[in-house]
Amino acid sequence: MHVSNKYNVPCSRPRHLALVVAAVAALGSVTAAADTTVTVLRIESSSAEKRYYEEVVAAYEAEHPDVNVEFEYLANEAYKTRLPTMLQSSQRPDIYYTWGGEGLRDQVDAGFVRDLSEPMRDGWQDIYPESAVGAFTLDDRVYGAPLYATVVGIWANTALTEQAGVDVDAIKTWEDFENAVVALREEGITPLVVGGQDGWPLHFYWGSLVTRLAGGEGIEAAKNGENGGFEGEPFVRAGEMLQSLVELDPFQPGFMATSYERASGMFGDGEAAFHVMGDWDYLPSKQRSVSGEGVPDDDLLFVPFPEVEGGEGNTQSFGGMNGFAVTRDAPDEAVDFLRFLLNADNQRKAAATGIFVPVAEGSAEALETPYARRVAEILDESEFHQVFLDQALGTSVGATINDISGDLAQGVVTPEEAAARVEEAWQFR
Amino acid sequence: MTTLDRTAVPRRGNADRVKKGLVSGKFTALLILLPPALILFSLFVILPLADAVYYSGFSWNGYGAPSDFVGAQNYQRLLDHSVFHTALWNTAKLILVSLLIQMPLALGLALLVYRKTPTNTLFRLVFFLPYILAEVAAGLIWSFVFDGDYGITSSLLHAMGQESVYVLADHQWAFPAIMTVIVWKYFGFHMMIYIAALQGVPKDLVEAAKLEGAKPRQVALFVQIPLIKHAIVVSGFFAIIGSLQIFDIIIPMTNGGPSNSTHTIVTYLYSFGLSRLNIGFGSAAAVVLFVLAIGIAFFYQRTTGKGSKA
Repeated sequence: MHVSNKYNVPCSRPRHLALVVAAVAALGSVTAAADTTVTVLRIESSSAEKRYYEEVVAAYEAEHPDVNVEFEYLANEAYKTRLPTMLQSSQRPDIYYTWGGEGLRDQVDAGFVRDLSEPMRDGWQDIYPESAVGAFTLDDRVYGAPLYATVVGIWANTALTEQAGVDVDAIKTWEDFENAVVALREEGITPLVVGGQDGWPLHFYWGSLVTRLAGGEGIEAAKNGENGGFEGEPFVRAGEMLQSLVELDPFQPGFMATSYERASGMFGDGEAAFHVMGDWDYLPSKQRSVSGEGVPDDDLLFVPFPEVEGGEGNTQSFGGMNGFAVTRDAPDEAVDFLRFLLNADNQRKAAATGIFVPVAEGSAEALETPYARRVAEILDESEFHQVFLDQALGTSVGATINDISGDLAQGVVTPEEAAARVEEAWQFR
Repeated sequence: MTTLDRTAVPRRGNADRVKKGLVSGKFTALLILLPPALILFSLFVILPLADAVYYSGFSWNGYGAPSDFVGAQNYQRLLDHSVFHTALWNTAKLILVSLLIQMPLALGLALLVYRKTPTNTLFRLVFFLPYILAEVAAGLIWSFVFDGDYGITSSLLHAMGQESVYVLADHQWAFPAIMTVIVWKYFGFHMMIYIAALQGVPKDLVEAAKLEGAKPRQVALFVQIPLIKHAIVVSGFFAIIGSLQIFDIIIPMTNGGPSNSTHTIVTYLYSFGLSRLNIGFGSAAAVVLFVLAIGIAFFYQRTTGKGSKA
C-alpha cells in the first residue's frame, strides 16, 4: 500500500493517522479491562531466584484472583541508571528493588516512595531484626521492607593455607591477617584474589576497615561533618591499613584488569588462598571455576573480616541489606503483595532453596549449607549492620569510594588524599 | 548562450517569484517537505542541547524537577577536576594519533592497493574489516588480546622468556593500548576515502609524470597526493570529530581505569555524570564537549577551506 500510493502521500496520510489512532485506542482498552496489576522491578537475578518468585506469585494469585503480579528484571548498571527516569514516567513500577541508604533518600525526597510506616508498625516489621528495618528507615519513617542481607567476609581455601602453616580459624585481628598474607607469599601462594577492575570488590577492603574502625556511629557522624567528616582519623587510618596490606604484594598479578566474575572463578580454581567477598559468592565461585566444582566444601571456610585494634565497630558487620520499596501511586494490593512476599513463611522457603540468607527471624534454621548458617550467625551476633558504603552514601560518593579504593591498592594516592576525595564527593553530592 | 537567456527573460520582483512558486507547487513542496526534517532536528538536537545547557546550571540527581540552582559551579568543578584534565589530554592525544599516525598509515596503504586487481581487493577487504566490527565487540576482543594471563601479548612475551604484562591494568600502557586499537579500528575507513579519491585521479597525469622520469614516490608526492587533497581534508575532519566521540571501545577495554587514567571526554561525562546520577554536572561536561566540537569543526572548515581556495 505504501509503495503503490507513494505519489499520493497527502491523500493517504489521514488514513494512516486513523489507523494509528485506532491501534492505540485498542491497546489502551486492553490494559484498562485487566484486573489490578502489580509490577515488580528487580535487578537481574539467578534463575533459581526467579523460579522462587514465580512460585510466590502463583501462590498469591491463587488467593487473590483479581490481582496480577508481574516481575521485571533489569541488569545491574541499567537498573541504576534507568530507575530515576522510570520513577518519573508513567512506566513506574509499583514495587522496586532498593539498597536503602542515600539512594532511597533521594527517591523519598523527590516524593516517589510510599510511606510504609503504618503497615510496618502494625506487626509487619516484628518478624525482622531491628537493623534490617533500620536500613530502610529515614527520619523515623519506614520506606521499604527487607528481603535479604549479605555479609562481607573472607572465603578461605584451607588446602592452600595449610601448606603455608596458616590456621584460618585463628585469624582474628588485622595483624593475624597480614601475617597470613606474608606466610602465603613466602610459600609461593597468591594470598588474595580481587576483581579490581570493577572497583567495588576493592571497596570491600576499605569499607570493612572503615566499619571496623569508625563503626556505624562514626560513619553517621562523618555524614554530619563531625570529627573532620570523611577526612577524620578512622577514614585516613583505613587507607593506611589498606596500604600496609598492599605493600605485602597480596593480590594476584594484574588485579586491576581482573573483573569480579573472573576473580571469583580464580578462587574457585584454587589460584589464591583468600577472597574477601560477600557470602553470595559460594555458588558463583563454583560455577565460574574451570571444573565447575570450585573449592571442595571440605577445604572451604567463610570467616568474618578481622578485627582491628581499638576499633569502634569490631562487634559490627559490613555487607548489603536488600529489600523492596513501594512507589507513591501504587495500588494497596502492591503493599499487600509485598507483605506476603516477605512474610516469615516465604522467607523460610527462600532459605530452604539456598538462594539467599533471608532476614526474617527464625528463617535461618531452614538454611541448608554451613556457610549460610555461618552468615546468619554473624548477622545475629552483629550489633549493627553497616550497608555497603558505595550504596549507603549514594551513587556519586559510592563511585568515588570505589575509585579511591583502587587508587590506594595501586599506591597512587596517599591515605589523606583518598579521604579528602571522599569528603569532597560527599560535599558535592 | 546564458547571457542571451538572461536578457530574454524579463527580471521579476519578489511578489512575482512567490506567485510563480505557488503556481509551480514549489511552495507546497517546501511546506510539506521541510517540517518533518525541521521538527525532527529541533526535537532531537536543538531541544536536548538547550536542556543540557539549562540542567548544567543545577545540582540535580535526576529526580523531580531541577531546583537547586548553583550557577557556574558545575563548570568550576569540572575545570578543577584532575580527571577531567586527564580526559581532555587523552582526547587531544587521540586527535594527534589519528592525524599523525592513522591518516599517513591509511594514505600509504591506499597508495599501495588503490589499483583494481584481485589481490588488491583482498587486501582492501582485510584492511577494511576492523571498521566493520562493532565497537563494543572490538573493545572486548582487544581486552582479551591484552589479557595478562591468557592474551596473545602475554603468550608472545612468555615465548621470549619475559614476564606477563597486564597492559590494561598499567597506568603507563593502558592508554597507548587503546590508541593502538583505535588506529587499527579506523584506518581502514580513511583508506577507503583515499582509494576512492585516488581512483578519480586522471591516469594521463600519472603517466605523464612517469614519462618525465618521476619515480613512484615522486608520483605519489607531487601528483597523486596534491590531487586528492580534498579527500584528505574530509578524512581529517572525520578523524577529529571521531576522536572527540570515542566511547564504546574504551568502556569494554578499561572502563576508564586504572584509576580513571584512560577517560576521554565522553567516557568522563558518562561515568561522572550519568552513572553517578550527577545530571547537572554531566550536562556541564556535555556542553563543554559540544562547544569544543563546534569550535574545532568551525576552525577546521575555515582554515582548510581557505587553503583550498589559495
